[in-house]
Amino acid sequence: MSNPIIEIRNVAFAYNGETVLQDVNLDIRQGDFLAVIGPNGGGKTTLVKLMLGILKPDSGTIRIFGAQSRKAVSRMGYVPQDIHVNRGFPISVQDVVRMGAFKGGGGWRPFRKKDRSDVRRALERMEMWNYRSRRMDDLSGGQRQRVFLARALVSEPEILFLDEPMSSVDTKGQTDFYDFLLELNKTVTIVLVSHDAMVLSSHAKSVACVNRQLFCHDTPEITKDMLEMAYHCPVELIGHGLPHRVLPEHTED
Amino acid sequence: MIEALQFEFMRNALLAGLLASIMCGIIGTLVVVNRIVFLSGGIAHAAYGGIGLAFFFGFSYLWGIMGFALLMAVIMAAVNLRAKQRADTIIGVLWAVGMALGVILLDITPGYNVDLMSYLFGSILTVSTSDLWLMLILDGVVVLFVGYYYHDLVSLSYDEEFAKVRGVSVRFLYFSMITMIALLVVMIVQVVGLILVIALLTIPPYIAEKYSGSLSRMMVYAVLLNLLFTTTGLWLSYHFNLTSGASIIMVAAVCFFISILVEHLKPKSSVTTN
Repeated sequence: MSNPIIEIRNVAFAYNGETVLQDVNLDIRQGDFLAVIGPNGGGKTTLVKLMLGILKPDSGTIRIFGAQSRKAVSRMGYVPQDIHVNRGFPISVQDVVRMGAFKGGGGWRPFRKKDRSDVRRALERMEMWNYRSRRMDDLSGGQRQRVFLARALVSEPEILFLDEPMSSVDTKGQTDFYDFLLELNKTVTIVLVSHDAMVLSSHAKSVACVNRQLFCHDTPEITKDMLEMAYHCPVELIGHGLPHRVLPEHTED
Repeated sequence: MIEALQFEFMRNALLAGLLASIMCGIIGTLVVVNRIVFLSGGIAHAAYGGIGLAFFFGFSYLWGIMGFALLMAVIMAAVNLRAKQRADTIIGVLWAVGMALGVILLDITPGYNVDLMSYLFGSILTVSTSDLWLMLILDGVVVLFVGYYYHDLVSLSYDEEFAKVRGVSVRFLYFSMITMIALLVVMIVQVVGLILVIALLTIPPYIAEKYSGSLSRMMVYAVLLNLLFTTTGLWLSYHFNLTSGASIIMVAAVCFFISILVEHLKPKSSVTTN
């Protein structure tokens, strides 16, 4: 691992006067696969939005590739939470992915030949090219998620943010999706938000627990202290000591 | 209908229907997909205050509506962005206050004797040639704006978070959209009136959405449906001597319920065959 490509220093953020994050410090290095976990409402999504420049910190600094987020837009890919997407909206798979090549600011013909081939390449990579003319509503949760990933990959980002990407995907789809992320991680730095601590067991290289404050580990191991701090309640760790497995696999819920 | 075309007012009415259909189809599509129907209703109704102001101070009611609708639109949009939790309540209050202001101003205007109903329910048969020119200009502005910012609007409407990351100016587009609604209110007031405008704004896009593969197609279908509704409604009103605005809305409403019925009768399409 090399120099940090994201540096967060003493960041605080409040929403409507209520502190969401405080004293957040974090370095993300190139090639990392960072899992951001924590309870719902703990500030995971806020942290990602701060890094992406959607939100501005009340205090502290965030530097992406040594610059402000706005300047690094083209080097970042983003897969937002599925719930933010407008269901029932008439749009084809291809047009969704095209958004990833669009820079905003209007124009009569904003797309170039290169954009079209980029869109095609991204869709082929996610094995969704054959679905390009389908309406998004007609896809399954797993297929939709692949389209969103294709959209994030169109601009060939160096760092990829995924916010709860698995919420509407079945188990089989999740395994495939994670396998793809692992493959992708060979060239792209990944930041994955999840309320599900399971994700890191076999994929993440490091973990950040977020609950107003941030607790970071350079290994995918979650310590008892970390979870207690993050969730503010005693947590029983099962299967402690197993390599790369924090908790034993669930057989049946 | 053909013999009716020899009257200038009838030709003007049809043209007004056409121009209003274009604007309502395009803006209505944006209103429906962005779920700002209530906000649009608020702007349209509050605009009545503008009519009161215009009569009280003695200037053209079109300027009154345009100014007041724009003012209300900007306030409501700001509320919607800043205080989302209670936005609907505040919009509801402004909605009523605007109308009340209009009524009171007309009460205290000396010698007032204008037919109130024509503003609330439209009077498409009194559209003048200069009104048509104004409508044409507004149509042109909206078509050019939506055309130029089409991909920004698609991005914003489909996935606001992603749009922000990609550098789409959400705030600018949001206020532009609200401004367009205010302009629409100005031109629609004669066609179907302030109260009925919401039907032309919502019914055609609602029907069109189910049969469209893209936002642009949804807009085109919505415009065509609007055209069908206004023309048919106008014909019915001419033939049976009914109020034009209400006739247009009833035609739209009948089609709305038919489309819902068709939707329910249709066998449910299976989700994804892989």
